[in-house]
Amino acid sequence: MRLLFGFLSGLIFGIGLILSGMANPAKVLNFLDIFGTWDPSLAFVMGGASLTAFIGYRLAWRQDRPILMADFDIPSANDIDVKLLSGAALFGIGWGIGGFCPGPAWTALPIAASGTLIFVPAMLIGIWAGRRVKSTSLKTGSV
Amino acid sequence: MLPVTLTDFTPWASLGGGILIGLSAVMVMALFGRIAGIVGITAGAVTQGDRGWRLAFIAGLLAAPVAWLLVTGDFPHQTVSENLPAMAIAGLLVGIGTALGSGCTSGHGVCGLARLSGRSLAAVITFIVFAALTVFVLRHVIGGAI
Repeated sequence: MRLLFGFLSGLIFGIGLILSGMANPAKVLNFLDIFGTWDPSLAFVMGGASLTAFIGYRLAWRQDRPILMADFDIPSANDIDVKLLSGAALFGIGWGIGGFCPGPAWTALPIAASGTLIFVPAMLIGIWAGRRVKSTSLKTGSV
Repeated sequence: MLPVTLTDFTPWASLGGGILIGLSAVMVMALFGRIAGIVGITAGAVTQGDRGWRLAFIAGLLAAPVAWLLVTGDFPHQTVSENLPAMAIAGLLVGIGTALGSGCTSGHGVCGLARLSGRSLAAVITFIVFAALTVFVLRHVIGGAI
């Protein structure tokens, strides 16, 4: 059941990314190009997605526990620290160069454009490296 | 960096796609009690004990363009930069940044804003500002030279 519903959740997410235009880097870059060829469509993606999740989460949290797991595991951190902001800034720069964020990059992989075939492995290496930096700095208390 | 390609304003398709993304996030919360952050799911699929549903979720993401092909007769329309060094750098920055910042457009943008997390709001504002600045510099300052 977990595999089936995990797959269906991913499929719906991916179709949403494609339908919305998030999976087309040209559209993402035009959303970000406020002083050029601005295409505000992606504001509707973020709005539709977060409003739907805002309502749906509150319905989901009425359950004692999730349907297929023992408990809810929701982030509890609320500190706005250097790691959060520097990570978000680095991500923003990468997003502005390539037009891909992680979900759309996965959905674009089977289309096999050369840029995607380079982007996804680089992203996976980056995630691995970023997690190492994060855990190292947690131990030493730097950053 | 892509050569500038004009795109149409598509508010209804984008709103519909956004609602599907939100529904998926709600499914992940109601079924698994987890945040539908793509980077968290990707990293968890490799490292964490309960990796089955996460691998299945990624398989679902990969199946989406195939489903699109089966229904519409064509792969989704997209324009991806062919500047491979730039795409390698972009991928590295996206990976490092989202891992260090504990989330991406889905984890902080969709799920975090839905939870009214101040931390996620700060991340979203930061990454959108830096992404817009990057596009501004590449397109309007150095003229899309890379």
